[in-house]
Amino acid sequence: MSAGRRRLALSGAVAIALLILPLVGNNYLVSVATLALFLAYAGQAWNVMMGFAGQLSLGHSLYVGLGAYASAGLFVHFGIGPWAGVWLAVAICSLAGAFIGFLAFRLRIAGVQLSLLTIAFAELARIGFDHLDWLGGPGGLFLPVSERSHVDLLAFRGPPGTYYYAILLLTAGALALCAFLLRRRPGYYWRAIREDEVAAQALGIDTFRWKMFAVVLSSAMTAVAGVFFAFYNNSLFPEQSFSFGRSIEIMLGPVIGGLGTLFGPIIGAVALVLLGDGTTELLAKTGVDLPGIRQAVHGVLLLLVTIYMPNGLWPPLARVLGFEPRRL
Amino acid sequence: MPLLEVEDVSKAFRGLRAVEGVTFGVEGHTITALIGPNGAGKTTLFNLIAGAYRPDRGQIRLRGKAISGLAPHRVCAAGIGRTFQLVKPFAGMSVLDNAIVGALAGERTIAGARTRALAVLERLGLSAKAHLAASRLTLADRRRLEVARALATRPSLLLLDEMMAGLRPTEIDELVGVLRNVQREEAVTILLTEHVMRAVMALADQIVVLHHGQVIARGEPAAIVRDPAVLECYLGEDAIEESTKDETKDEIMTAPVT
Repeated sequence: MSAGRRRLALSGAVAIALLILPLVGNNYLVSVATLALFLAYAGQAWNVMMGFAGQLSLGHSLYVGLGAYASAGLFVHFGIGPWAGVWLAVAICSLAGAFIGFLAFRLRIAGVQLSLLTIAFAELARIGFDHLDWLGGPGGLFLPVSERSHVDLLAFRGPPGTYYYAILLLTAGALALCAFLLRRRPGYYWRAIREDEVAAQALGIDTFRWKMFAVVLSSAMTAVAGVFFAFYNNSLFPEQSFSFGRSIEIMLGPVIGGLGTLFGPIIGAVALVLLGDGTTELLAKTGVDLPGIRQAVHGVLLLLVTIYMPNGLWPPLARVLGFEPRRL
Repeated sequence: MPLLEVEDVSKAFRGLRAVEGVTFGVEGHTITALIGPNGAGKTTLFNLIAGAYRPDRGQIRLRGKAISGLAPHRVCAAGIGRTFQLVKPFAGMSVLDNAIVGALAGERTIAGARTRALAVLERLGLSAKAHLAASRLTLADRRRLEVARALATRPSLLLLDEMMAGLRPTEIDELVGVLRNVQREEAVTILLTEHVMRAVMALADQIVVLHHGQVIARGEPAAIVRDPAVLECYLGEDAIEESTKDETKDEIMTAPVT
């Protein structure tokens, strides 16, 4: 079989497996797959900013939280569904991203300082939402959960498969968008900025404008993850919505899977969830309950990948499978 | 009217006058070399022209249009391409992609930029290495890539900063040939700074000599190497007294620097 046909066959098999998963798997499997895809999608969004444009955000939970609270607030207080709410979420997160980006890039805050700034804004939001009683404050904001057996697409309510297919569609869409952008001017300019910003400027690239584009696109994409998070979880707490731990979890996927690659965020998220939750489940089956084992497994995985596969899991995997590694 | 006009330009850093009242012009389709001892202000002057610094005083014009104070990406859009003494390749990208980034400045589509990039790589003798990662190139090839990338933006003026530093004599001779070819075929004007006098003598139509931030001489290469002021700043007064014969001076100024 030629390399092209093998790639096609493999891609087809993966696509079919992903499509029929809720039909053949139990609820547990579907929930684990949904979590993996959620991290894959959010990781893909984070990867736009760091993997492509080289701007490190350690506070992406800010956009998950803002997106979640924006859509949940509309739904709880005004009965406005997620299809309208997602636009508000995207608008708010784009503005937040633009504000942070503008502040950082105009004042020439870069590298470590930029990362600290993103953490600061996520923390600011966490504390701020603790005092926002209209959105539940520290006690949490709860979305009314109705009958879960039939699919209500308008209110984004239904059995677990509904959410699985929604996040699968989002992940596929994000992948297609990133593949499109990478092959065009934004992809070339972002990678140039990532590799050497001064040289990029000398070649006529308005680096401020293109970095802003990366930040705003990344935050807007993450906003949608936030909306999903709100309607999937049905409960929001500032403590977990804006947590630093979530920011780390979002970036672990791309880092482990392959920074700046198209499939890295997906492969990384799947590896994290399979190993992390797999170990937890396995231990639970044998009657052992080790709190924090999931994070410990993530840490060990990160350590091993950093030492033995510094470019992430995807580039070597892609070579084995006959795909061109797209370390672009 | 000269293509580039530098008029009474000054720049100081915390009281240190790096460039002081510098005036000169660069005619179109020529090669001008900016020489001078270390610390003479050559790189500062380059950065002033390329938009990395804003001059404290004076005007810089390209085709009569003021460009002093513009941001680097606007200077590029105005028609100036530059290389860096400490090379700055996009290390994680292929040689071809490096050139495509430059070509996108003047091309609307990726396909157009790719065509332009391939032509420029051919011109610089990098075609065979187009699909290598830029990080795998030798220093000499990285310098070529810097030129290719800048040239891909279709500049009218190319600024080359110390292209020959750290290269072997054979690499220098090859690069001199390549640059002559580039200047002729691409109908581009070149302003370069250089310490390697052999390269300067082989390339330059005009030499501008900078010392302590000021222009102490300018003219054709043959005249510059006999200019007492130039010899003094390069070799010290004693050298002039000792070297009474012209051949000696020629040898000092044109011998390869190793």
